[in-house]
Amino acid sequence: MKSILRYFFLTAAAFFILAPFLYAVSVSFETASEAATFPPQFIPSGFYTDSYSKAIATAPIFHFILNSFIVSLLVTAGQVFTCSLAAFAFAFLEFPYKKLLFALFLSTMMIPWEATIIPNYFTIRSLEWLDTYQGLAVPFFASAFGTFLLRQYFQTLPREIFEAARMDGCGHFRFFITMVLPLSRPALATLTVYAFLTTYNQYLWPLLITNTDNMRTVQIGLAMLQWDQGISWNTTMAGIVLVSLPTILLLVLGQKQLVRGLTAGSTKG
Amino acid sequence: MFIPPKKKSLLQLVQSLSYLVPSLVLFICFVFYPLLKSAQLSLFNTDLIGQETIYIGFQRYIDMFSSLQFLHSLWATLLFTIYTVLPGMLIALGLAYIANWQLRGIAVFQTIFAFPLSIAVAGASMIFMMLFNPTAGVFAYFLQVFHLPAISWLADPNWSLISVSLVAIWRGLGFNIIIFLSGLQSIPKHLYESAGIDGASPWRQFIDITLPLLSPTSFFVFIVSIINSMQTFGEINILTQGGPSESTNVIVYSIYREGFFNLNYSYASAESIILFFIILLLTLFEFWVLERKVFYR
Repeated sequence: MKSILRYFFLTAAAFFILAPFLYAVSVSFETASEAATFPPQFIPSGFYTDSYSKAIATAPIFHFILNSFIVSLLVTAGQVFTCSLAAFAFAFLEFPYKKLLFALFLSTMMIPWEATIIPNYFTIRSLEWLDTYQGLAVPFFASAFGTFLLRQYFQTLPREIFEAARMDGCGHFRFFITMVLPLSRPALATLTVYAFLTTYNQYLWPLLITNTDNMRTVQIGLAMLQWDQGISWNTTMAGIVLVSLPTILLLVLGQKQLVRGLTAGSTKG
Repeated sequence: MFIPPKKKSLLQLVQSLSYLVPSLVLFICFVFYPLLKSAQLSLFNTDLIGQETIYIGFQRYIDMFSSLQFLHSLWATLLFTIYTVLPGMLIALGLAYIANWQLRGIAVFQTIFAFPLSIAVAGASMIFMMLFNPTAGVFAYFLQVFHLPAISWLADPNWSLISVSLVAIWRGLGFNIIIFLSGLQSIPKHLYESAGIDGASPWRQFIDITLPLLSPTSFFVFIVSIINSMQTFGEINILTQGGPSESTNVIVYSIYREGFFNLNYSYASAESIILFFIILLLTLFEFWVLERKVFYR
């Protein structure tokens, strides 16, 4: 009895959380006039997919998704590269000024990106990287959070493997490539999911540095479907459902990694 | 710390730096240099392409703190923080609590509760724009059903900031629930078991065991939520563009508008520096509290 009540609560809460998106899905399958009626129609009268074809015809949605994928993959690859190298040095090597350098890395987390956008915009403009993939991706190639995350994981690896590798005359870099990276797949997966999701969902930076439809990412491109003359809500919602599918899939498949990444920051204290 | 290194350790330094250089170069180019450059820009008048012209010292800051526009932005930012942080935390705590019930299939609910994470700001804002529609939206319908006076949500300066906050709260739920849930899961089960034997009600257990042991987690969520809400931009750009009558012109939005529409780079840079100091102080406060270990564990 008690657990039935609990399931009831959980289901109600789940519905409350999903409601905005469920309604969006529902509207996306309505006709334009159904989507505009008052009182609102919560369930479509049929399974109309015209909104989807109209959304695709109005805005190059798949091209936007492709752009976002390219940028997100570039950023993810960049972060895995720079963060794993730095995390290796902080976890395994002894060198002077180590604490100072680590503090320098951490200090970048206290600097809000929004406080640096104007000079960063000038930098990208003077490199002539406006409207390019590198302009969208390169500024995010390094991440203190990612370094921190990987370093924490590297520190849990047994120190003996480092000593054993040294005995065998294995150089640092070979040890890093052949031992540390393969053993750290769970942490690398966490960083991958986290970096990909954050980049796919970026808004301010792509808004600033892209001007052509050819280079727009999904979050900015969606504005082409913003409810306006000639575009009705069902088309807008169809666009939103389409661009959200990759991240919903990522959440469902990579939830374990994502949770690990998100909670890494909360346990440092 | 600044003793010159010996020869052997100099070698170590060079070797280690080769691992750190990729990150360091990027941080210098895209974090440290732009921060200093923002500070510099704020001390000069700037032309339309962002070149410094005349040195004006701290005059920009003096002007800002005596201008209504900037004080209004600060006030809107503070209100937005108040509207989003505590309500967002309370809802998330409640949801995380029930997502921690030991039931078959609970993992499905945990995934659903994290769902808002996967809807990016643009999509979420446009969905809420439809819900907020004053003539045909769902919220207008519910108000009518319950015989409440109509609200013109985004178009009413008294409601616009609250409307935007609702979107931000929904978007933040996924992250907050995940963090609270991991905090709840780290509380040892035997504490509840012995409290149960002593006959403590679930409510007493929540007050006497859960809340105190969750305080480090709550504090973390609190600080991160404040920092996030101070950086909210997308919802405002899509839903209100800072209006109506400046009611949603928070600092980050003001930086964007002054910098990229009014081409007033100097003013926008000064606002950036203020934002930086606010977030720096919040972070230092977080470290200070954590250092003092005021918590139970």
